[in-house]
Amino acid sequence: MIVIDAVTKRYPDGTTAVDRLTLEIPDGSITVLVGLSGCGKTTTLRMINRMVEPTEGRILLDGADVREAPVNALRRSMGYVIQHAGLFPHRTVIDNIATVPRLLGWDKHRARERARELMERVGLDASFAGRYPYQLSGGQQQRVGVARALAADPPVLLMDEPFSAVDPIVRKGLQDELLRIQADLGKTVVFVTHDIDEAIKLGDMVAVLREGGRLAQYAPPARLLSAPADAFVEDFLGVDRGIRHLSFFGTEGLELTAEPIVTEDATAEQVRAATLPEIPYVLVTDAEGRPRGWADALDRATGGDGELLPYGHAFTVGRDSLRAALDAAVLSPTGWAVAVDEQGRAVGVAAQEAVAAAIRSAHTAGVLR
Amino acid sequence: MSHGGFFEVPSDLQNTWWGLVSWQLQLTLVPVLCGLVIALPIALLCRRFGWIYPPVLGVATVFYAVPSLALFVFLIDWFGESDLTVEIPLTLYTLVVLVPAIVDGMRSVSAETRAAAEAMGFGTLRRYVQVELPIAVPAVFAGLRVATVSSVSLVSVGMLIGNEGALGNLLSDALNYHRPLLAWDAVISIAVIGVLLDALLVLARRLLTPWARKATAK
Ligand SMILES: Nc1ncnc2c1ncn2[C@@H]1O[C@H](COP(=O)(O)OP(=O)(O)OP(=O)(O)O)[C@@H](O)[C@H]1O
Ligand SMILES: [Mg+2]
Repeated sequence: MIVIDAVTKRYPDGTTAVDRLTLEIPDGSITVLVGLSGCGKTTTLRMINRMVEPTEGRILLDGADVREAPVNALRRSMGYVIQHAGLFPHRTVIDNIATVPRLLGWDKHRARERARELMERVGLDASFAGRYPYQLSGGQQQRVGVARALAADPPVLLMDEPFSAVDPIVRKGLQDELLRIQADLGKTVVFVTHDIDEAIKLGDMVAVLREGGRLAQYAPPARLLSAPADAFVEDFLGVDRGIRHLSFFGTEGLELTAEPIVTEDATAEQVRAATLPEIPYVLVTDAEGRPRGWADALDRATGGDGELLPYGHAFTVGRDSLRAALDAAVLSPTGWAVAVDEQGRAVGVAAQEAVAAAIRSAHTAGVLR
Repeated sequence: MSHGGFFEVPSDLQNTWWGLVSWQLQLTLVPVLCGLVIALPIALLCRRFGWIYPPVLGVATVFYAVPSLALFVFLIDWFGESDLTVEIPLTLYTLVVLVPAIVDGMRSVSAETRAAAEAMGFGTLRRYVQVELPIAVPAVFAGLRVATVSSVSLVSVGMLIGNEGALGNLLSDALNYHRPLLAWDAVISIAVIGVLLDALLVLARRLLTPWARKATAK
């Protein structure tokens, strides 16, 4: 556990970057520091590995003041991922990754062996090993940065806006990758970002900092969304926090209607049997049961094969959240969301009203995913 | 004795054209190499203790401002009409170029790269030697090219202190014997040597810095 205990940092020019900050960062989870530019996130992160010394207060790592350890040994025991990757331009990918093991005195062969392992873990093809940083895309450089931070298997990982310089799609990929790696390795991660969506997606705990380096709220993301501490946090979360909060509710309790689903080659008789009074459409699937689109029930039942209406997107029961289900229902032109199982087979449909009911009961139950 | 041959060296110089060329190379390269060896520790000290950099530059510039001939004359008292008398001033001159080239090259390493090195637990000296210096190599080579080319031409001034100027000695003979062809020989040979050395340095820099993006390589 990392304890930040009443820490203040004033730079020599008088700027108070961090103001009496107290945080307990639990082991084996991702803690996100989020806030507007200049609110002291980087400063806080760098006080943990002593690149910046606090003016007041202290920082404890597993109960011991970080100032007691020799500084370079402390830093080698913490992986650090820097914004824009900060790779060494004069070293190949594999030697960049092998940096800390080499500093720790591993022989070259073993360090490179380890670097190769990590390339695989962060999803970099082995053919990149001999490339120099300038030959990589931004997203690939970030992967190298993460691999380099993990190379010596440090228990603590400090990440300073590691994904902010890449486009949204690559960023989503890197975030998913980080969550996957974290599920395997269970590091103590301190992650800095100014993107509240990233904070909510990645954080087990989220610390919202306000200007002048003061803590506004420290809570799990679902609690942040449901009970922001004050107007500042509320404003920071944005107007759609209710919708976003839904991503913490599962779809297990959502009531599905299984009837109005027919295969492409269904007879008029079968279509009539599947049609429900409250919905003038049937969902048509292919032979494997994968949804293809909505058809007018009356038309199908009388042997017509008019064009199918698109259904938008489906949600996976059990895996996706109520947010995905609501989105699917809103998007579908019929107003019904299509539910599929893990194999992508349609298992039922849910009306917007059913989603609304599920949201209401989730709120009353207060059950968080 | 024939008087026409372009590469024919007057007998008073007691040397062949090839002999003069290799002498020229020696008087050029020894100062550049010594300059590099001396500049490195000075530059590291300047990088470590920033406040000594301006005075060091000042002293180097003062040396550079002293006319080379004056230095030669001064050094004759100690070393006589020898190679050292030429090489010592030329070494001092290269420092004026090389020390700032190294220091500025090291300082130009991006803040992110430097922070990454610090965060990974590089000590200061290790960071200079393993991160900043290698990244400064293109800048150092830019300095080496200037130092080398200026040394090649400065060597000829050595002719004024008793035929210590290698190919430059041909210039005094050209005057003494009214043989302008000798002057052409000296000038063209020195220029060709300068261009070739410069090309070699460019080649060496390319080989040493495969990591440098072509567009930004200096
Ligand atoms: N070395 C320094 N000297 C003086 N002031 C500094 C120094 N480093 C940071 N600051 C100031 O401290 C404050 C916090 O800086 P910090 O870099 O921690 O912010 P940040 O939250 O990481 O911002 P960003 O999102 O823009 O990276 C800012 O006002 C900044 O100007
Ligand atoms: Mg920052």
